[in-house]
Amino acid sequence: MKKRLFWLLLVVLLASLPLGTVYGGNRVPLHQNSARQDGEGEVSIIAWAGYIERGETDPNYDWVTDFEAATGCSVKVKVAATSDEMVALMNEGGFDLVTASGDASLRLVAGKRVQEIDISRIPSWDTVDDRLKEAPWHFVDGKHYGVPYQWGANVLMYNTDVFSEAPTSWDVVFEEMDLPDGDSNAGRVEAYDGPIYIADAALYLMAHNPDLGITDPYALDRDQFNAALDLLRQQHELIFRYWHDVVIQMDDFTNEGVVASSSWPYQVNLLKGAGEPIDSVIPEEGATGWADTTMMAADAPHPNCAYLWLEHSLNPKLQGDLASWFGSVPSVPAACEGNDLLGADGCTINGFDTFDQIHFWKTPTEDCGDDRGAVCVPYYEWVTNYIGILGGR
Amino acid sequence: MTSEPDSTMTPPSLKSKSPFRLISNFLYRHSCLATGFLLLLPVLWLVVVYLGSLGTMMIQSFYTYDHNTTQVLAEFSLDAYKEAFTDPILSPPNKDVIKRTVRMAGAVTIAAAIVAFPLAYYMARYAGPKMKGALYLGVMLPLWSSYLVRVYSWKLILAKDGVMTWFLSKLGLMPVLDWLLGIEGIGGKSLSTSYIGVFLVFLYVWLPYMVLPINAALERVPKSLTEASSDLGARPWYTFLRVILPLSFPGVVAGSIFTFSLTLGDYIIPNVIGTSSYFLGTLVNVERGTLGNWPLASVLTVVPVVIMMVYLSVAKRLGAFDAL
Repeated sequence: MKKRLFWLLLVVLLASLPLGTVYGGNRVPLHQNSARQDGEGEVSIIAWAGYIERGETDPNYDWVTDFEAATGCSVKVKVAATSDEMVALMNEGGFDLVTASGDASLRLVAGKRVQEIDISRIPSWDTVDDRLKEAPWHFVDGKHYGVPYQWGANVLMYNTDVFSEAPTSWDVVFEEMDLPDGDSNAGRVEAYDGPIYIADAALYLMAHNPDLGITDPYALDRDQFNAALDLLRQQHELIFRYWHDVVIQMDDFTNEGVVASSSWPYQVNLLKGAGEPIDSVIPEEGATGWADTTMMAADAPHPNCAYLWLEHSLNPKLQGDLASWFGSVPSVPAACEGNDLLGADGCTINGFDTFDQIHFWKTPTEDCGDDRGAVCVPYYEWVTNYIGILGGR
Repeated sequence: MTSEPDSTMTPPSLKSKSPFRLISNFLYRHSCLATGFLLLLPVLWLVVVYLGSLGTMMIQSFYTYDHNTTQVLAEFSLDAYKEAFTDPILSPPNKDVIKRTVRMAGAVTIAAAIVAFPLAYYMARYAGPKMKGALYLGVMLPLWSSYLVRVYSWKLILAKDGVMTWFLSKLGLMPVLDWLLGIEGIGGKSLSTSYIGVFLVFLYVWLPYMVLPINAALERVPKSLTEASSDLGARPWYTFLRVILPLSFPGVVAGSIFTFSLTLGDYIIPNVIGTSSYFLGTLVNVERGTLGNWPLASVLTVVPVVIMMVYLSVAKRLGAFDAL
């Protein structure tokens, strides 16, 4: 009995030791920035789901294993679901790279969370699509803050049983109307559950209400913003659900009778692959879209491995495989050719030629970015107002 | 006192040189210290993990959030409280969410009490030993499977082309369903995207937490009291109203603490089922997880804490803690 008591005390003592050190201790970086050119053995990346695959979901899609073998940098991935989450994770620190969309990238640059990229350390830089090399969502004040990764559009997904011909306008999700099958669209359409969706409404108004003078759906002054909110309130009556979960949206299209919604090529490809009567289109108003950039944290603990990954991220095989997996468009045009997974016209199907129709996500700021000055509605008001609209306000 | 019974019978050898023996001798002579060591871990847990996190949250609610860079600054301000309650532009949606959540929690609690009481009553008073075992199992069984799986399967049950609709249409009850879904404020496009759906799933998920305390309270009502009541001429319903119900009511209040607080904080069900309107849990999740607005998230967490403190003090007066 005595002995048992002793062991118990010993365990308690030992257990309380690390507690004390964790609570009072400082975080010591495991690797100091070194001048060595070889890798530090690790690189940690914040990425969208499906962006960094190591063959675990499908053995055909693997662009990590070879990289790890060649460089000795083991890849750690933290999946984030929204741009806001990516920014929050970068603010917490400890990561090397992030695949940031335009609505996160400028916030990261402004918050000094990411560092300038030395493109001379990325031999494949010249292969990048010229349309992306100096895109405003990562090229700021003449400095490169990242390497373009992939881009794509928020397409209009629709049910081909209901629409024998592809809808030509976003009006099917914004205005109450009878669909080709004779029934109203009320309760059969969905919208994206993210404040950035206000830009989709603004894009629609840009084409249908020119008096508002919207030139950029992400730079809305008070009147334009309120008009977009009114449109979204009208849309609220039609909406079956505001989606953010890919699985739930696919279930809504198969089990709940939803027939049209803003969506990502990812869901469209999965549903088509499962034999569902689903297709997608970019309507005449154009579409919002995302263009993702791999950016490097200002205090990246493994800068050498990070540069090795940045170079690897432009590999045509990786770019083509990823485009096929995610339904996106490569940032390296060479990836479009000779990729079995992507197919001969994979790039065209995923929207390679639609670049000019797409208004890429960027963070709305008070500064409109044009001669109107600082009269635009900043992002945090987008957030609050969109939460209100979801609640029927 | 933590000394073992056998050690009092055979006094420890004071001459032993083994270090174990030395330490145990030392502790034997300083039994306060031994008690202290034993309590170290639970106390650390309570103070550091439990109260510590609560305190950190309270402190964070007074931090400042820079909306433009989405960074939290460790500067004292009441901005987050203003954003939640008084700001004319920013607060109304937040206040909507608080109201919506409290109403839902209230409705779920009342419904759970109404559904659970007869079941618990039957379990405590009428069911035979076999039946009782089966009923206990039935109540507890859902708690053994994954919460997430159950919620997602409810989405399939309540879907427009789902089991529930099919069942109701076979029974010819579709007009009732359409009428329910047509009610302004709680209806919707289908069961899975209406407040009714959210309500049903909450009710299902938290029901065991209501049944068990009520059952425990009813088991403790002595049979002799009900017999005495009827001997004195009370009719059964009068006995129920004046004897059984008051004696078991603390159990109802105890159960309601669970259902009310769990509904207040849940962020998974409104995410999967319902109108996409935010509830407190989902709003906290978005403000913290995706916007990094820790101060507002903390304020929104302080809200249910305050609500529950009021609730508990009322519950205490009603004697709920005597039934636990």
